[in-house]
Amino acid sequence: MSSNHPLDQLYRQVIMDHYKNPRNRGVLEGTNVDVNMNNPTCGDRIHLTMKVEDGRVADVKFEGEGCSISMSSASMMTQAIKGKTVEEALRLAHIFSDMIQGKAYDDSVDLGDIEALQGVSKFPARIKCATLAWKALEKGLHGHEHEGR
Amino acid sequence: MKVNEIRALFPILHQNVNGHPLVYFDSAATSQKPLPVIEALDRYYREYNSNVHRGVHTLGTKATDAYEGAREKARRFLNARSMQEIIFTRGTTSALNLVASSYGRAHVNEGDEIVITYMEHHSNLIPWQQLAKQTGATLKYIPLQEDGTIDLNDVEATVTPAVKIVAIAHVSNVLGTINPIREIARIAHERGAIIVVDAAQSAPHMKIDVQELDCDFLAFSGHKMCGPTGIGVLYGKRELLEQMEPIEFGGEMIDFVELYDSTWKELPWKFEGGTPIIAGAIGLGAAIDFLEQVGLDAIAAHEHELAQYALERMADLEGVTVYGPKERAGLVTFNIDGVHPHDVATVLDAEGIAIRAGHHCAQPLMKWLDVTATARASFYLYNTKEEIDRFIAALQKAKEYFSHVF
Ligand SMILES: Cc1ncc(COP(=O)(O)O)c(C=O)c1O
Repeated sequence: MSSNHPLDQLYRQVIMDHYKNPRNRGVLEGTNVDVNMNNPTCGDRIHLTMKVEDGRVADVKFEGEGCSISMSSASMMTQAIKGKTVEEALRLAHIFSDMIQGKAYDDSVDLGDIEALQGVSKFPARIKCATLAWKALEKGLHGHEHEGR
Repeated sequence: MKVNEIRALFPILHQNVNGHPLVYFDSAATSQKPLPVIEALDRYYREYNSNVHRGVHTLGTKATDAYEGAREKARRFLNARSMQEIIFTRGTTSALNLVASSYGRAHVNEGDEIVITYMEHHSNLIPWQQLAKQTGATLKYIPLQEDGTIDLNDVEATVTPAVKIVAIAHVSNVLGTINPIREIARIAHERGAIIVVDAAQSAPHMKIDVQELDCDFLAFSGHKMCGPTGIGVLYGKRELLEQMEPIEFGGEMIDFVELYDSTWKELPWKFEGGTPIIAGAIGLGAAIDFLEQVGLDAIAAHEHELAQYALERMADLEGVTVYGPKERAGLVTFNIDGVHPHDVATVLDAEGIAIRAGHHCAQPLMKWLDVTATARASFYLYNTKEEIDRFIAALQKAKEYFSHVF
């Protein structure tokens, strides 16, 4: 297929790479954050486990089922937040939420691979797919904001 | 049936989506609306909008006549014995909930059984699940054959004398299976149970005769059959409806109101508390007239041809799995190997083709099929074989596109 297909701005190479080769896939045992979330309208689901120590995401893994957008977003999210402080992770979630809705977003933070998901904002029907993992992240970190201080 | 003349009556179909002429293959979710329906709604609001059954003014009388006239059309549409057996509801979901809450609570007790199938839409599943939990009754499922049909021997085996209610879809919104309602009704009645039929996917597409089916209750939605959203019908046998208590109380449904007690209006109004769905019912009446004018047998034959054609063409596509039996209503649910149904739907949308992707409000059935989601193309009287050709070409594109990006 030609390289200027209108869908190429949605299905970027990086996204497909994360979909095919998800990072941090699996379930962490004995963790203090364990979140199950699904998107009841379409059946996508994610199981997110994190080890939060001294206010930092020391480790994270995800398991789930869903489309290329939801699974690649989950993979990128875990990659981006691993090792970050809880505040940094939540800030990233906030930036991501703005970006995916097509709003102006804080570009002082390097988003890395995540930036490839920007094209999703042009496909309103797929925004929910991209946000599932980040919603799980926010839910999981809720209450851990001020630990380790 | 002249599809081009029919298409001319649906303004929404004549537009481009993402640079391509729209192919609307999502009528099982909701159908498009023809001019006679749009105009009936417009006329009501422009010319005789008024509350019904109240007051003596001219517009009120006109609105009441149109509202009750729609009830007569629905009676005729189902071949019910009397207009008292036709209750207007918000749709299939609220009709089924009415039966579960009113009839169910009064007749189902601890130790009784309720029977449904694995192919039910959530709206013909959760009301019974709740009823079973509230009463201590047991919910049982009729199993499916490998092709997604029901074997009457399994119905015989599942419907024991402890069963009070059998609730089943006439046509599955995922598999397209057409269930043998008359035979299942006979078995249910032999065992002393009643049968509740979810006709959301059959009423728009085939002739229904409630007397011939001998069903006790039957529910459908207007929006899936060319009518507006927010209107549906519950048909119930009069002797059952008469014993039932309303589940909504207020204006319009009362006879005499005293300080500490009240009496209800007669059927069907005792179930229609509050200002009814006047515009919706009038729109539904216009939709029924339209469908009957085209002819439900002609519609069924047209959709059968489309579904068989789609099945034939899809059989030639490698890596495409189709779910459900060969003999089916006008829809095809499928998956493409290695491509999630959302991604399929996005590729098709880019080609102007609207299909559904997800679990189709049938999570237990998705488990039975051992998939998390599927894609579905559903057809109606305004669809054509040429549109199916475009759909097949787009499926090929989706396969290619994803083999390329991988
Ligand atoms: C088989 C079946 N039953 C019930 C329903 C529910 O209909 P409504 O949402 O109009 O109440 C649907 C619609 O999706 C359906 O396909």
